[in-house]
Amino acid sequence: MTTSKSIQSVLGGAALAALAGTVAYAADAPVPNKGDTAWMLISTALVLMMSVPGLALFYGGLVRTKNMLSVLAQVFAIVSIVAILWVAYGYSLAFTNGAGLNDFVGGFSKAFLIGVTPDATAATFSNGVYIPELVYMAFQMTFACITPALIIGSIVERVKFSALIVFIVLWVTVIYFPIAHMVWYWGGPDAIGNAAAAVAAATDDAAKATAQAALDAVNADAGLVYKWGALDFAGGTVVHINAGIAGMVGALIIGKRTGYGKELMAPHSLTMTMIGASLLWVGWFGFNAGSNLEANGTTALAFVNTFVATAAAALSWLFVEWLAKGKPSLLGLVSGAVAGLVAITPASGYAGPMGSIVLGLLAGGVCFFFCSTVKNAFGYDDSLDVFGVHCVGGILGALGTGILVSKGLGGVGLVDYSVTPGTAVEAPYDMVAQLIIQAKAVGLTLAWSGIGSAILYKLVDLVIGLRVPVEQEREGLDIASHGERAYNN
Amino acid sequence: MKIVMAIIKPFKLEEVRDALTSLGVHGLTVTEVKGYGRQKGHTEIYRGAEYAVSFLPKLKIEVAVASDLVGKVIDAITAAAKTGQIGDGKIFVFPIEQAVRIRTGERDNDAL
Repeated sequence: MTTSKSIQSVLGGAALAALAGTVAYAADAPVPNKGDTAWMLISTALVLMMSVPGLALFYGGLVRTKNMLSVLAQVFAIVSIVAILWVAYGYSLAFTNGAGLNDFVGGFSKAFLIGVTPDATAATFSNGVYIPELVYMAFQMTFACITPALIIGSIVERVKFSALIVFIVLWVTVIYFPIAHMVWYWGGPDAIGNAAAAVAAATDDAAKATAQAALDAVNADAGLVYKWGALDFAGGTVVHINAGIAGMVGALIIGKRTGYGKELMAPHSLTMTMIGASLLWVGWFGFNAGSNLEANGTTALAFVNTFVATAAAALSWLFVEWLAKGKPSLLGLVSGAVAGLVAITPASGYAGPMGSIVLGLLAGGVCFFFCSTVKNAFGYDDSLDVFGVHCVGGILGALGTGILVSKGLGGVGLVDYSVTPGTAVEAPYDMVAQLIIQAKAVGLTLAWSGIGSAILYKLVDLVIGLRVPVEQEREGLDIASHGERAYNN
Repeated sequence: MKIVMAIIKPFKLEEVRDALTSLGVHGLTVTEVKGYGRQKGHTEIYRGAEYAVSFLPKLKIEVAVASDLVGKVIDAITAAAKTGQIGDGKIFVFPIEQAVRIRTGERDNDAL
């Protein structure tokens, strides 16, 4: 995202220009719209609500009574830690130019929010539309906070709290911040439009070459996956595949819970889980619709898609489970809803509502298959199904986005900012080519996060030890790690 | 003096209490318990993970009565707790060596 000069100085410049009798640059002064700003602040708070209490309760209800507080504490602590890391250097690593490493990660130019003042603005996806950069920074912060919190679902009921904290600090630093940069960092519509306009306005060959070089530089100033042309509206790769594969690797490295497969490990409160899942659904409107960065028709499209894909996936899981296992369960309904939310995330601003329903229906069935049949066949203890829901649902959504963006299937099509400078026009779309790009983005995320997480888990295991001793696991992490009990009586 | 201990289905508690009250038995201890007998448990499925739950929730009631009342108490509990379905429960009778009412110090039959 580009940061303009401060509004005050630009306005000052415009006033001077007006005094001088010329009307220059006034149109270029990015003044955030109050409606956009208000919507984005609300979206930011909604996404925080997804983590605490949404995800915390969703996960907490699924564990045994003796581990309830440990899950709540882990989610709350992770959100708090990442919030601080984000303003310290995370935002800068994700959303600034990283010079030689710019394909993969940003730099430190906005560390400790240097220059991110109330006057600074950030670009959206529309020419001439800006929001305060502090709002953009805070909105992105909530994504950085929830993603590592998703991982714990794979390793709950046995992970050592101190080891988890160290792991998360390392994980966001070398995995989340770079992947967010690779997928979401770009110059913004006006940077491209202005550079393209300069090319069009150049009169002689030398000027044209100079302007073209400038345009190329603007286009090159983006993350690797963005430059490939991968579509990820709200974080299918960055959030869900990323956390999902990290969870899976964690489950494999930390090992199964003591007594897994022999003892009753039924959820202790599906009531809590239902409350958590419902808060996730509501909060996800901020996550997906907020990802349009302004309040307009595309925002409403993402909102509607988030509504219907989720409903379709909840029903899909419900009916598949009803057929396969004999009973329609509440846990099936809410698991399906979360799978649908995950799957629609990358597609939410690109697909049409009917395409979203198809994606949701697929997600419910496919994720059910992975959480029951595949997990049982391989015997891994991905305790709360982070892989089966977030990674599988994320991959389905990422690939589905490449198909459902098609105008022929009710999607919005691709956008080009440079053909007609200052206006977003439709870009040519080739379904096979787009699918290949989407698959590359999925593959890169799986590799980066899978391999990187494995190294970090091993490192933390060597230095601190990932697991609590068996006797503490038996006693429960609430008492053993935190010295308190969830329910006293 | 005897202790009549019965394991019954939880929803039968009120009927059993009414039946005992009409016999003049004024005092009953109830404990929530889990266990199994001939009644099979059930299966719970969470995201495809199946758990056989073989310990079913039951109530254990204990009444201390004079020996001559035991027959009537057994009949009353049997009649009130019966559904005819498997899992209705069982009744066990134990002898009591001594009984004391703490407030007054009364002993044995006077303490019941």
